[in-house]
Amino acid sequence: MIAVTQERDHYLESFARFEKATAGNGQEWLRPVRRAAIARFAELGFPTTRDEDWRFTNVAPIAQISFQLAGDAHIELAPRDIEQLTFPGPRDIQLVFVNGRYAPTLSSPASPSDGLSVRSLAQAFRDDRDVLEQHLTRYAGYHQDAFSALNTAFMEDGAFIHVPRGRVVEEPIRLLYVSTATDAPIVTHPRNLIVLDEDSQAVIVEDYVSLDADVYFSNVVTEAVVGQNSVLSHYLIEQESKQAFNVSTLRVEQGRSSSVASHTVLLGGALVRNNVHPVLAGEGGTCLINGLFMGTGRQHMDNFMLVEHASPHCDSRQFYQGILDEQSHGIFSGRIIVHKDAQKTDAKQTNNNLLLSQEAQIDTKPQLEIYADDVKCTHGATIGQIDEDAIFYLCSRGIVKDAARALLLFGFANESLERMKVESIRKHLQALVAQWLPEGKLLEEVR
Amino acid sequence: MLEIKNLHVQAGNHEILKGVDLKVNVGEVHSIMGPNGSGKSTLAQVLAGRETYRVTEGEVLYDGKNLLEMAPEERACEGVFMAFQYPVEIPGVGSAQFLKAALNAIRKRRGLEELDAMEFLTLVKQKIKSLGVDEKLLHRSVNEGFSGGEKKRNEIFQMALLEPRLCIMDETDSGLDIDALKIVANGVNALRTPERAIVVITHYQRLLNYVVPDYVHVLLDGRIVKSGGKELALELEEKGYAWVEEEARAAAQA
Ligand SMILES: Nc1ncnc2c1ncn2[C@@H]1O[C@H](COP(=O)(O)OP(=O)(O)OP(=O)(O)O)[C@@H](O)[C@H]1O
Ligand SMILES: [Mg+2]
Repeated sequence: MIAVTQERDHYLESFARFEKATAGNGQEWLRPVRRAAIARFAELGFPTTRDEDWRFTNVAPIAQISFQLAGDAHIELAPRDIEQLTFPGPRDIQLVFVNGRYAPTLSSPASPSDGLSVRSLAQAFRDDRDVLEQHLTRYAGYHQDAFSALNTAFMEDGAFIHVPRGRVVEEPIRLLYVSTATDAPIVTHPRNLIVLDEDSQAVIVEDYVSLDADVYFSNVVTEAVVGQNSVLSHYLIEQESKQAFNVSTLRVEQGRSSSVASHTVLLGGALVRNNVHPVLAGEGGTCLINGLFMGTGRQHMDNFMLVEHASPHCDSRQFYQGILDEQSHGIFSGRIIVHKDAQKTDAKQTNNNLLLSQEAQIDTKPQLEIYADDVKCTHGATIGQIDEDAIFYLCSRGIVKDAARALLLFGFANESLERMKVESIRKHLQALVAQWLPEGKLLEEVR
Repeated sequence: MLEIKNLHVQAGNHEILKGVDLKVNVGEVHSIMGPNGSGKSTLAQVLAGRETYRVTEGEVLYDGKNLLEMAPEERACEGVFMAFQYPVEIPGVGSAQFLKAALNAIRKRRGLEELDAMEFLTLVKQKIKSLGVDEKLLHRSVNEGFSGGEKKRNEIFQMALLEPRLCIMDETDSGLDIDALKIVANGVNALRTPERAIVVITHYQRLLNYVVPDYVHVLLDGRIVKSGGKELALELEEKGYAWVEEEARAAAQA
């Protein structure tokens, strides 16, 4: 018990210092919500495996480390340091964050004349108070979730994206979060706000990468408000260091006839929790929730989906695929809530997993809560090993066994990648997946 | 070309092949017939290198070399091809990618240049037409969602593409309508050259009307109990296997 109190006290003390340090920075209007959030965190504490939503994930490794707030320590990176970290193509709109802090020299925000806003949240705190007050913290509730509470209390920077009505942004908007080595383990609380006004369209990519094999904690919250008839494709590519922790929450509020695709690829991190929570608030909305997680070593990857149908005639599709090797542990919880008025809901969930070793583990848990009577909800999950009949088939055509294995694993992962419509991103991810595979080199030859 | 001597094979503790002897010379077409469960597929799979079957006795020589020592992919590269009775569906692996990988692996082994994407496509398109395979299949995952007939034709298409020297076809004719059967037969006959040998496993005489075998063998309970010319297939079609069983039993007692 004492230890638990200490863990909490660490964040409370940290918050007191944070308030002092940030006094007079023009964000006083946020003070009430920050205080409410830290107070809520103090009540909640970190979740334990007794909490149903955290049954398979013990966050003690995160709670026990006294992470420091990143502060302003200046880290110089050159554009070429980060070039290889993400997918190729134009970088017309890119925000780069180094250890949680916006890096202007590496970034190219949208130009103000454009009508489109893509800038750091720190700047938006000053310039876009109206939009922020309207949306920020309105969706990602911190009342139930200690990590969102911490993020809300400590948020300082992140991306602010506002796409005006009728605007179609063709090129992907890049958000790159780079972690570098630090003296002591640090925590960052990236906070992103995405607002798509009516009838607009954008592709937004969050990339979490690390330059060093360091211990740190990324505690991310992204709120996306997708207006009527708008189309959002959101990508999250998680390649944190193998010693890092990443807890990320994507909370999407969908308007009438909006269409959202959330694509997630988890490759890095020691302990990763990936929360995706769309609320289909307007009639006729559709969402695709697509993910791939690939664990090895002792990696722990927890995917927690919560799809809320709050209006009639909405479709949701969840497809998650896991490949787990060595002693890694994967989790897929797919919760679908169909509210009373959400008639004609069509919700589907599929989770397929491959275990590559005896010690690898997967827990998969569908959860349907249906309060409407005219709905279609289906779910299915599979857990399997690599198909030896398929290996033999490929080998019997002249393909060496290791390459056959690589082909099969790649094929399995690729089912998920094929759902990603942006070719440059898809190809980049295909290359990352090939690299991940022990026999990936062979794949280059046969592909 | 192929010499099987006293081959005994088990799966688990169950003995399936109980001493098979068979000699196939280059240029010949052999047909193996036999009732369900007699061990035909087991024989085909063992020749292709399936590891779930255990060879407990006997040997198999291919061009005088010990075939059983080779990995399945080596056998393929040396020119052994088995058309599966039940081709495997492989979701996520594109047909084109798979065929190119297979073809280039085999070409490499034979000391030929590997084909680039363009050359590969040209070759594939040329072969695919003659076998009545829909080009769209190339863009789909291997065998995934193919109909029974599509799967069988796909096997023959692969055979035509990879140009093996020893072709083993495990019930490629089962479940085909007459048009598909003719296409398959044409594909096989196109490969019927003096440098190749073909082993056709079938239940029915029908395919043998088009691919006329030089020899017909009856596999019964794990042994080849009778061999003959193409007339034997007609006789089996007409009279079934009971009389062969009878003969075999009598011979065993004698
Ligand atoms: N992997 C296996 N493990 C155990 N038994 C097997 C295995 N494979 C085949 N058998 C058994 O061996 C026997 C021969 O099977 P096989 O598939 O070779 O017969 P077949 O002649 O090809 O039959 P069909 O005409 O039905 O295709 C059958 O009794 C079958 O159940
Ligand atoms: Mg069979």
